[in-house]
Amino acid sequence: MTWNWDVARDFLPELLDGLLITLQATALGSVLAFALGLVWALALRSSTRFVRWPVGVFVEFIRNTPLLVQLFFFYWVLPSWDIKFSALTTGVIALGLHYSTYVAEVYRAGIDGVPVGQWEAATALNMARGRTWFVVILPQAIRRVVPALGNYVIAMLKDSPMIALIGVTDMLQKARSEGATSFQYIEPYTMVGIAFILISYPASLLMRALERRLGH
Amino acid sequence: MTAGLWEHWLLPGIWITVQLTLYSAVFATLVAFGVGIARTSRLWIVRFLTGFYVEVFRGTSALVLMFWLFFVMPLGFEFQLVPMWAAVLALGLTYGAYGSEIVRGALAAVAPAQREAAIALSFSPAQRMRRVVLPQAIPEMIPPFNNLLIELLKATALVSAVSVADITFAAQLSRLATGESLEIYSIILVLYFVLAFLLTRAMRLLERKAKASIGQAPPPGDGLLARLTKGSTRAQAKRPAAPKSADALASGGAK
Repeated sequence: MTWNWDVARDFLPELLDGLLITLQATALGSVLAFALGLVWALALRSSTRFVRWPVGVFVEFIRNTPLLVQLFFFYWVLPSWDIKFSALTTGVIALGLHYSTYVAEVYRAGIDGVPVGQWEAATALNMARGRTWFVVILPQAIRRVVPALGNYVIAMLKDSPMIALIGVTDMLQKARSEGATSFQYIEPYTMVGIAFILISYPASLLMRALERRLGH
Repeated sequence: MTAGLWEHWLLPGIWITVQLTLYSAVFATLVAFGVGIARTSRLWIVRFLTGFYVEVFRGTSALVLMFWLFFVMPLGFEFQLVPMWAAVLALGLTYGAYGSEIVRGALAAVAPAQREAAIALSFSPAQRMRRVVLPQAIPEMIPPFNNLLIELLKATALVSAVSVADITFAAQLSRLATGESLEIYSIILVLYFVLAFLLTRAMRLLERKAKASIGQAPPPGDGLLARLTKGSTRAQAKRPAAPKSADALASGGAK
């Protein structure tokens, strides 16, 4: 194996450019996943069957099909319906939607974990249903699930290279175009792999520490 | 849609996806057991090396690893794998790392008294593992392994990026040939869903057998779609019931 430091040095700025896109996609995807996940979690608790059923089937369907195919679906099908997004936006939508179905399960566990007494107290104070949810239950539920949500952000970060396959210039795409133009494969791909470990390992240590701190 | 879509692309694609899932699942399971057991070793060097492997393969992306195996290995080590086997290697090593954590957790969950009893009966360490610890740990591993296999099945879609002709690759080809994207991607999504569903059913059967063999009650239905079809969502949808007994109230009601 011949490692060429010059190639590595020349690729470094490219890698950092790609890293920004990777982080951007992960951050935006997470925000979308957290918001949609809460919508699914609340809808799955609805007392109306016509809300629970379609949302349940949809969530199971998204969760049991590959993110990559969903990504291709949005990238190729949406334009034919005259819905035009940039590749990065399409990637963020696919990542966010896919992970929202996992995050919904996390919220569900969090909501189940709120002590019954809190519901009873809200009832005793004659609180309205919406107020009970947003003032009493959700603030407590979300605090409990922060470490689990963080783990999904890390998982999304590791899935984000898929957006390179629809042409977003993230880290993997930078390595691919470097390989395609200069036939330098060893350094770019190895550096992208190391970059992922350098971000995700400390991040998962942080999440583990947070979990211990919150006493899970 | 073109004639011959199923015969030429989709059916061979399904076969490749099933094969890939099967081979990588077997490989990942072997790795998971090997590494999971090795991480409980008394030798620090074994623990360190296996721990390092797990952190590296859980820390990086399966797709990046696959590209690395495809483009870097042939150049760096002049060692060219058949695409299918490079894919199996990448998926097996990645999911083996995740699986080893499941094995480690299940081994740790076996009651310490069980090991002590085996030592008291003067079982050798190998006998202890094979006849006392593993039979109790394996049923615990099946539900998380089931989830892992679904993840693995979905991850096989990544191999289309390195031109292994699985269903996702078939979809790409079909889209290029016909220009139709809605139909083909909808078919592919449904196909994956059906495969995931069948895999879950198969694992549930296995779990029932494993639990029955050690005399435990069969697990309640909480798998794919079971939550929806068995109406348990309705119970969950209601507010948690008020504590029934005075004891429960006296102990704070909450838990």
